[in-house]
Amino acid sequence: MNEKEIIASRIALELKDGDLVNLGIGIPTLVADYVPKDKLVTFQAENGIIGLGPLTDEETNIVNAGGMKATILIGGAFIDSITSFTFIRGGHIDVTVLGALEVDQEGSIASWIIPGKKVPGMGGAMDLVTGAKKVIIALTHTNKGQSKVLRKCRLPLTAAHQANMIVTEMAVMRVEKDGLHLLEVHPDYTIEDVVNATEADLIINNVERMKGV
Amino acid sequence: MRGYITKNQFIDLLKDGMSVSVGGFLTNGTPEKLIDYVVESKVKDLTIICNDGGYEDKGVGKLIVNNQVKRLIASHIGTNPYVGKLMQEGHIEVELVPQGTLAERIRSYGAGLGGVLTPTGLDTIVEEGKRIIEVQGNKYLLEEPLRADLALIGGAINDKYGNLKYSQTMRNFNPVMATAADLVVVEPFESVDVIDPENVITPYPFVDYILVGEDNE
Repeated sequence: MNEKEIIASRIALELKDGDLVNLGIGIPTLVADYVPKDKLVTFQAENGIIGLGPLTDEETNIVNAGGMKATILIGGAFIDSITSFTFIRGGHIDVTVLGALEVDQEGSIASWIIPGKKVPGMGGAMDLVTGAKKVIIALTHTNKGQSKVLRKCRLPLTAAHQANMIVTEMAVMRVEKDGLHLLEVHPDYTIEDVVNATEADLIINNVERMKGV
Repeated sequence: MRGYITKNQFIDLLKDGMSVSVGGFLTNGTPEKLIDYVVESKVKDLTIICNDGGYEDKGVGKLIVNNQVKRLIASHIGTNPYVGKLMQEGHIEVELVPQGTLAERIRSYGAGLGGVLTPTGLDTIVEEGKRIIEVQGNKYLLEEPLRADLALIGGAINDKYGNLKYSQTMRNFNPVMATAADLVVVEPFESVDVIDPENVITPYPFVDYILVGEDNE
């Protein structure tokens, strides 16, 4: 498995039977491919689908939140943006999985702007991290050798203190009141490797082998 | 509903400096013909309210590339690099609004409310210059209502009374935008005789004009 597949397959284990889940664009989208067949997980797309199905080549008027041609599952619903964000902001989404440029040990997230360089905008991300019951951040551990898991985000925030879990190709971490706990490490790396690649202070107690890989 | 409208009658409604809300999500559900007519009209200094900046050759992106937009209010502009270029050159003003906040600001105008209180954007640069109000022990940002002179609605299936429903995911921002503009013009995706009242999404009193096909002019 490549980095992205490792991250996506590990996150899929966090989804429970009956969960309503919103997946962001990029690595998070891959999570859907790894949900075990015996679990009933419903995907929401913020442009207006409850029960998002796989991508398709067929010409319909259905797209996902990335604008790609998609499908709706039987029993699903098309909704407008108001209803979609009532789900999102109102606490009706169990889990959201989003990418980020930076995340920090306090659970703050930066994902929508690199001042002076790139300003894509926040889209639905600010509402998602504010309203979802559980926020999982999916990102590669480093960018050109620089840690993306920081003591404090340096880029403008998407939200403060909203990330619950951080999954990279190296490790699984959980944000708690007392700090960032290192829970699991991928078998290709040692705890020391992870500590060296991480700017954030990690709390290390019982570290397990990364599940699902 | 006031009635049907031709291309030329629609162009006559357009004025420089208008605020125009445009339905659609990454152009899915965007009324492309109406946008083409706005391009043809050459009106300028528009304020465009849309979920995103579209693409350079699609959706509101066509108006931006044609330099007709002075101000863009959107949640995402990453799919249209031309917006970023104009921003850097100082030729367009962009207000980025979280998507759920954008929808609720439009809804609050359409529903006659004084704005919405949302936790989205707290502790970020989105809160700059806005009032923070505490309700039941929780902090919220006051986000103000957002109106438009003209709403352009797409993805719609209309009936002869002017009721609308929408095709698949083309619904998105269209129903809420139809509630919050002085004039609402619909480019139908399809027309039917009558929509079952149980399935009407946008009832006819919200609709001003429906564009007729060029063959019917």
